[in-house]
Amino acid sequence: MPSDPLDDFLLAAARTLELPLEEAWQPAVKANLAVTLTHAATVAEFALPDEAEPAPVFRA
Amino acid sequence: MAETWSTAAEIAAAVSAGERSAAAVVEAALTRIAKLNPALNAFTAVTAERARTKAKAIDAAPDKRKLPLADVPFAVKNLFDIAGLATVAGSKINRARPPAKQDAALIERLETAGAVFVGALNMGEYAYDFTGENLHDGPSRNPHDTSRMTGGSSGGSASAVAGGLVPLALGSDTNGSIRVPSSLCGIFGLKPTYGRLTRARSFPFVASLDHLGPFARCTRDLALSYDAMQGPDEDDPACAQKDVEPATPMLTRGLDGLRIAVAGGYFRKGAFPEASEALTRVAQAAGAKDEIEIPEAARARAAAYVITATEGAALHLARLQCQARDFDPAVRDRLIAGAMVPATLAHKAQIFRRWYREQVLKLFERTDAILAPATPCTAPEIGQQTFMLDGVELPVRPNLGLYTQPISFIGLPVVAVPVPLKPLPIAVQIVAAPWREDVALRIAHALERVGAVAAPRPALMEA
Repeated sequence: MPSDPLDDFLLAAARTLELPLEEAWQPAVKANLAVTLTHAATVAEFALPDEAEPAPVFRA
Repeated sequence: MAETWSTAAEIAAAVSAGERSAAAVVEAALTRIAKLNPALNAFTAVTAERARTKAKAIDAAPDKRKLPLADVPFAVKNLFDIAGLATVAGSKINRARPPAKQDAALIERLETAGAVFVGALNMGEYAYDFTGENLHDGPSRNPHDTSRMTGGSSGGSASAVAGGLVPLALGSDTNGSIRVPSSLCGIFGLKPTYGRLTRARSFPFVASLDHLGPFARCTRDLALSYDAMQGPDEDDPACAQKDVEPATPMLTRGLDGLRIAVAGGYFRKGAFPEASEALTRVAQAAGAKDEIEIPEAARARAAAYVITATEGAALHLARLQCQARDFDPAVRDRLIAGAMVPATLAHKAQIFRRWYREQVLKLFERTDAILAPATPCTAPEIGQQTFMLDGVELPVRPNLGLYTQPISFIGLPVVAVPVPLKPLPIAVQIVAAPWREDVALRIAHALERVGAVAAPRPALMEA
């Protein structure tokens, strides 16, 4: 049975970012990541022109 | 006990006129805190000697009539720097920080106006919270029913004001942390325009979204304190270079000439009957008949959620790597997840934010203020994990901010006004255009004058 890509991502990201991820924490972290990525996808699918500027503006 | 429920304006007037001594007022406040705090768990530190020293100075001051907040006791969420204390921000980890050398800018500004600082207030860990619960200090408790949540993350601030411990408190609001506890505890709260009040020397959460503001039991006290705290500050890069624009003189102008609408669509979904009842009452009192659709509000909330998760994680990354076990697990697990969200998606959220702002600003060409619920329900039980919104079981912690998040996302000013429903109060948001706090406060004051909104006095104070 193939592994859940979110589990793979979670474990790889934790190792890469040196985040301690105890086994007991994984279900809650995964659930939170899934919710956040769902919200992010909702935003990302909203088409805006390439020229659309982000809200923060740097002024030299 | 009348003094218990005195407003900041009443205290300042009495002390300025020499009818009451500042020392006696402060001593009474300290006595109330000692008596009621064991039940409410609102304060995490009481600075009694500092308060007594300041009160003596006010009693001796020849010009106390010039102080708009003369001898008004106030306290702040414990993410504000307080000289001599570590800025804990509701955490265990920050207790190891050295004591702050200087007060937060807003504490300094309130003290300049004559207010007397009395202590630090409980909060959700690192402000990532809508419940008012805290693993390390225990939950702040709702004065209307101490088995219930205050709301968060400025839970101690709302508890202290609603319980009559102080007439004025400060909190922070990133996604709703002033408006949610105002709603659940039945008091007034002001989340000003993003950039209006300096955040200098306060512990951050999400720099893109962090605001500071006051809680009080009436609109006038919000306005008085807000006016005393305005003005530019180079120590906060996000603080606007704007002169003070006093709101207090505008309070009594009434509703004439104001176009007030009710938010429809997203803001009509998920509300419990009490939230709808409160909104209906406020809309009727305000003469708001038109419904207005805030476009893409659900997506705005989603974007705020992503920015919060990622910026919050960025702030705490080193602590997550080295001290993960010292976090409240509910905060830690969200922050670790936030650290893993690709930057591309967070950037998309910031692009959407500008588009959304432009759409919402267009609405203010045909309306002066928009009414919306503050929370979907009255105060849940402490420890309650889920509730039903539109037939779907959802976690309480993130969803208490359902209606506040799309508003603060673009920094609009909001006054949360309490509707004294029985058995528990609940608030409505009065949302105005950027930099028009005066409009929201003016509407709140008019509603207060006709009795549509009021901070109910909890029964625990009669004991």
